[in-house]
Amino acid sequence: MLEIKNLHANINDKEILKGINLSVKAGEVHAIMGPNGSGKSTLSTVIAGKEDYEVTEGSIFLNGEDLDDMAPEDRAHRGIFLSFQYPIEIPGVSVTNFIKTAINETRKANGLNELPAKDMLQKIRKTAELLEIDRKFLSRSLNEGFSGGEKKRNEIFQMAMLEPKLAILDETDSGLDIDALKVVANGVNKLKSKDNAVILITHYQRLLEYIVPDFVHVLHDGKIVKSGGKELALELEEKGYDWLK
Amino acid sequence: MDLKEKLITSFLVYEDKISADADGKLQDIRAEAFSRFEKQGFPTKKDEEWKYTSLKSVLKHDYKIFPKIESAIEFKNVKNYFLHEIDSYKIVFVDGVYSSFLSETTHDGFDICLLSAALSKPKYKMVIDHYFNTIARKEDSITSLNTAFSKEGAYINVPKNTVVPKPVQIIHFSTGIETDVLLQPRNLIVVGENSHVQIVERHQSLNENVVLTNSVTEIFAGKRAIVDYYKIQNDRKTASLIDSTYVKQLQQSVASVNTFSFGGSLTRNNLEFYQEGEHITSNLNGITIIEDKQLVDNHTLVNHKFPNCESHELYKGIYFDSSTGVFNGKVIVDKEAQKTNAFQQNDNILIDDKASINAKPQLEIFADDVKCSHGCTIGQLDEDSLFYLRSRGIPKKEANALLLYAFANDALQKIKIPELKTRITKIIAQKLDVSLGFDV
Repeated sequence: MLEIKNLHANINDKEILKGINLSVKAGEVHAIMGPNGSGKSTLSTVIAGKEDYEVTEGSIFLNGEDLDDMAPEDRAHRGIFLSFQYPIEIPGVSVTNFIKTAINETRKANGLNELPAKDMLQKIRKTAELLEIDRKFLSRSLNEGFSGGEKKRNEIFQMAMLEPKLAILDETDSGLDIDALKVVANGVNKLKSKDNAVILITHYQRLLEYIVPDFVHVLHDGKIVKSGGKELALELEEKGYDWLK
Repeated sequence: MDLKEKLITSFLVYEDKISADADGKLQDIRAEAFSRFEKQGFPTKKDEEWKYTSLKSVLKHDYKIFPKIESAIEFKNVKNYFLHEIDSYKIVFVDGVYSSFLSETTHDGFDICLLSAALSKPKYKMVIDHYFNTIARKEDSITSLNTAFSKEGAYINVPKNTVVPKPVQIIHFSTGIETDVLLQPRNLIVVGENSHVQIVERHQSLNENVVLTNSVTEIFAGKRAIVDYYKIQNDRKTASLIDSTYVKQLQQSVASVNTFSFGGSLTRNNLEFYQEGEHITSNLNGITIIEDKQLVDNHTLVNHKFPNCESHELYKGIYFDSSTGVFNGKVIVDKEAQKTNAFQQNDNILIDDKASINAKPQLEIFADDVKCSHGCTIGQLDEDSLFYLRSRGIPKKEANALLLYAFANDALQKIKIPELKTRITKIIAQKLDVSLGFDV
């Protein structure tokens, strides 16, 4: 599904990613771990298409299509979803209205009609139930005055509504207490299928107890320095990152 | 002949034409106002209060001071300029002349009618003597010009303990049948003790012929009165407007003026609040969204004269292309006005490189136990926010619009008439050239 080859990326002429190779197939869960400043968040925003970053070498393919120079919204329309570490607040636009707009823009881009209001409502209701989200929450302005945990849960809610092919969860576990973490993990697990893939970006092994990865990659100084199975995460928890440098 | 000379000649003719009131008091007011204008003339950029706004290009036209042709317009052609979704009183003028056909006035329980009637009928004399031209700034030459020629506009008088059950719409149409027309409407609004009224005001030209409107409104809010005033400024780019609104409040009253400036070539708003009692609240809100070479200048003044009062001021501006904004917010807290709470916020987004904003908060505080704050921001749209929306599949243009809408949102939320809020939101979507994709 996702094929990253020798990816180099700069911001303000500073090289952050220094040759990443990563292959993610449908049905897989990949975890990317690594110390602060190793390039984890850069990798996720480059995949999502943030224009501040310049890809200087290498390529990203999604289902065989080169994403080079593709706008973020076009990547979203092809099924990429990035859950933000720090979601932004949009006063005056409710969670419901926002997600309606996002879904219908995506449908429009894919040559589909707008989702009928009835179906939209039903889908919202079902998803809210799955993620144990209070209905009142959905009429509040997007992220405005939300707690850290509420923002994260709202990101997962949007993910569930948009049904992406590739979901990248950037530090979704940070700021969540253990109960919220379980709800979020449970949601992600329920949405997982043989047709979609998940990349988890995380500092800690904690999240991986609830969403079990098929592969774990360690990012250091803009490169993947080690890859392995889920047991690698435990090893990292024990030994830290220093032994890999 | 330049405009000032023409106005001088016209005034002499006008003075002869207009019928004298019994004691000649109105004549005196007009004559005094006129001599003030004659002495000062139009303000120039040398005048501190007009430093950023030049009237030169507006004044170069050969304006007709008394439109000759009386014209009728059909409701169906102008329906959209009304807030027609709701029941309301209407005071409508076409080229400065009252249109009984388009209006819906009343004298049942309160007066919603014409200033010309109030100025000429003996039964209103007390009210006129007591209120007319008592708070309009006499030193202001443009206000004086309006006073000199004032004869027509809206007159609203709500006696005490009365809630006007539906909003009042004041609409000034200019047909553009003649070009280069100068209109000088004058509104007088008196709201008694414990009374409440909502007013929506609009100036609208119907074609691309040039029109200049010099409008003056005086608003009096009695004890515990609530006055909500909305100004919709979404005129064609051939229309210019100088609007001066003066508000006097007595104790425990709440007066709010909301100014939505989206249209016109040049728009200057002078908005002044005078608090004459304790526990008064004054609210000033504004949203400006302009483009091309449009200019909107908001000059506000809040004068806190008594203890324990509040003022809340929030102006948001979005400037495209080479449009220009001016915000000059003056707050004066007199020595006696202890325990004043005065807040002022002015936020601006400049979309294009050539757009500009001149922002000037001015606080003059003579009391020592007060809470006063002011803030002013000028910036661009946040790239991270834009990326967030686009990463959810919302295209760049729509994402931009959504962020701008969110930016203006807190000022939008002050609108207390839901249908008006929807209308203003639609105008904003139109200005941003998007469909917001949902009902708000």
